[in-house]
Amino acid sequence: MNHGLAIQLIATGIFYGTPMAIAALGELLAERSGVLNLGVEGMMLMGAVVAFWVSRDVSGPNGLVLIIAVLAGAAAAAAISLIHAFMTITLRANQVVSGLALTIFAGATGLSSYVGDLANLGGNPGRHIMNAINVFGLKNVPILGPIIFNQPALVYISWMIAFAIYWYVNKTRQGLHLRAVGENPEAADAMGVSVVRYRYAHVLMGGALAGVGGSFYTLVISSEWTDGITSGAGWIALALVILAFWRPAGVLAGAYLFGVVSALGANLSARGVQLPPEVFSALPYVLTIVVLAIVSSGWGRGRFGAPAALGVPYARDGG
Amino acid sequence: MSAILPAFPIRLEKRTDRTPRWVQAATPVGAFLFAFVIVTVILLAGGHNPLQSYNAMLQASVTSTSAISQTLVSATPLLLTGLAAAVAFRMGIWNIGGEGQLYVGAICASGVALAIGAHGIGLALPAMILAAMVGGALWAAIPGLLRAYLNANEILTSLMLNYTAGLLLDWLINDSNSYWRDTSGASAYLVAHGKTIPGSADWPAIGGGNFSVPFGFLVGLVVAALLFVLVRHTWLGYQLRVTADNPGVGRYAGMASKRNFVIVMLLSGAIAAIAGASQVGDFTHILDPTGLQSPQYGYTGIVVAALGRYNPLAVVISALLLGAITNAGINVQSATFPQSLTGVIEGIILFCVLGSEIFSRYRVRVGAEKATVTA
Repeated sequence: MNHGLAIQLIATGIFYGTPMAIAALGELLAERSGVLNLGVEGMMLMGAVVAFWVSRDVSGPNGLVLIIAVLAGAAAAAAISLIHAFMTITLRANQVVSGLALTIFAGATGLSSYVGDLANLGGNPGRHIMNAINVFGLKNVPILGPIIFNQPALVYISWMIAFAIYWYVNKTRQGLHLRAVGENPEAADAMGVSVVRYRYAHVLMGGALAGVGGSFYTLVISSEWTDGITSGAGWIALALVILAFWRPAGVLAGAYLFGVVSALGANLSARGVQLPPEVFSALPYVLTIVVLAIVSSGWGRGRFGAPAALGVPYARDGG
Repeated sequence: MSAILPAFPIRLEKRTDRTPRWVQAATPVGAFLFAFVIVTVILLAGGHNPLQSYNAMLQASVTSTSAISQTLVSATPLLLTGLAAAVAFRMGIWNIGGEGQLYVGAICASGVALAIGAHGIGLALPAMILAAMVGGALWAAIPGLLRAYLNANEILTSLMLNYTAGLLLDWLINDSNSYWRDTSGASAYLVAHGKTIPGSADWPAIGGGNFSVPFGFLVGLVVAALLFVLVRHTWLGYQLRVTADNPGVGRYAGMASKRNFVIVMLLSGAIAAIAGASQVGDFTHILDPTGLQSPQYGYTGIVVAALGRYNPLAVVISALLLGAITNAGINVQSATFPQSLTGVIEGIILFCVLGSEIFSRYRVRVGAEKATVTA
């Protein structure tokens, strides 16, 4: 493989990995608070459809419209994540069932498609698209130029989000409380931390970030709306959180790895290499299973494992 | 004894006594009425006339023998995946891999049908079901064993295996020269598709005239009855219920929770796989990757199971209900009932039913906390 191709692969990998990374960062926050949300795919689709709708119907300068569209997508996805929060935190319903219900409710044959029908979004190109930025004019710098200095704004925003989450979770008092809520809600409650408020806030943030990730598909990648446009990215985001051991830097690395691998698959088959594309597509899923098996047992559990209270509803009387 | 919610003064008190019968009966009814109101509001907000939409739905799914037959077609896979989810979830085992287990069932059943289907339905039908069950059970054994012996969360592993199985389907038909793929002639390469199974391996439909019941639906009814007996009246079922409701007690009584865990996963996977066999035997007669993946029968089966509160007999009813809604989405496909409403309605019903369960587990009190006497 020559030099130029490798650079192009990495740049493409970062580009396609970004929406998954943003959604996974959101899911990481929800899971750190102890709430598993299997509704990521549905929330991403809501973000995608609403962002596209707003970008079509709001007029103004390109940058401003795109900012409003991304924020609208985030708000729409956060709004439906509120259903999951209410179900699982207030009503103490099962998180698995509620999360799946959210994906079915909002997914490819649900609300996102209904909104797309009502607003007549299908089949028309969008009016605004987020292009790559030539940062500091460094686009043509060898190697790093195309990889780091020539990406759309959401890529740079995702780096800031990842760093902010790292800082928040590990270096702030609220982050400490968040970890306590996810690991040992009884102790957090005894410390005077409101388990309910922390869980609500982080499920909503998770929803908002899933919406931003979804908007990447309709504002950056394709500039059009079709039902189910995220095509399973929400599920990969769930896998990423595990692969990253619930850590933000790992989420970015994992997302870029999957981005590169899928770009590599397409590239190899174009060069006549006989490896089925499904092998590359299956890699994230198989890898997740292997990693889960390793980190869940004995030695790895305390170091890399899931938040201890993940999936468990909290009630003072023991629910 | 109570939790105070952020915004409104509602308190939940855990029920210590048995839930009164009227609450048990009124809860699902109230949940469905509430769902009905929300769906009506969504229809109105979308500029639809709700009466027309409901009428179109009833016409497509309920009001004639042919419409009911169509509903049964949609309900058949949902019944089987619903039962698969119900048996696992009832035992506290979160197998959400029904989707992938269904694909593997379809692969095994169509493979067997292609190999021996010409020998007649008497041999082909049981062989297809058996092959599917074995395949689905083995596929489900992966998350089962990983959970039992390495403590890996079965929700996530079974979910990942769904996508792996879906890619296996794609590969068999679209990107390989597998046994399942039709490779005869140039046209077979233009649009990749599977080989059609011999006509003598098509599953018989029961009925006459306008009314017919898919064979797979009858299989589902038998499975529902067997599961009901298994859970309620056998030693294994008793152990499983005890372990599910209180793992500590189960261990103390010497019940092998790891072994039981794997058994339930195998059972659940085998049942979901029958849904895949039925898709091939009853309906499509080929291995069709898109046709198997796009309806998401496995995930919807979890909705079915939750609506039936994981009771095998109630799952039959919820499968019929969701079958009717799904069928309306497929067959009306017009402005009065767009297909996108299927997911919206299913989701809302499930949220309402799921949320309503709080009433059977807790007393809900409105108002500020008063001094309560605790026993």
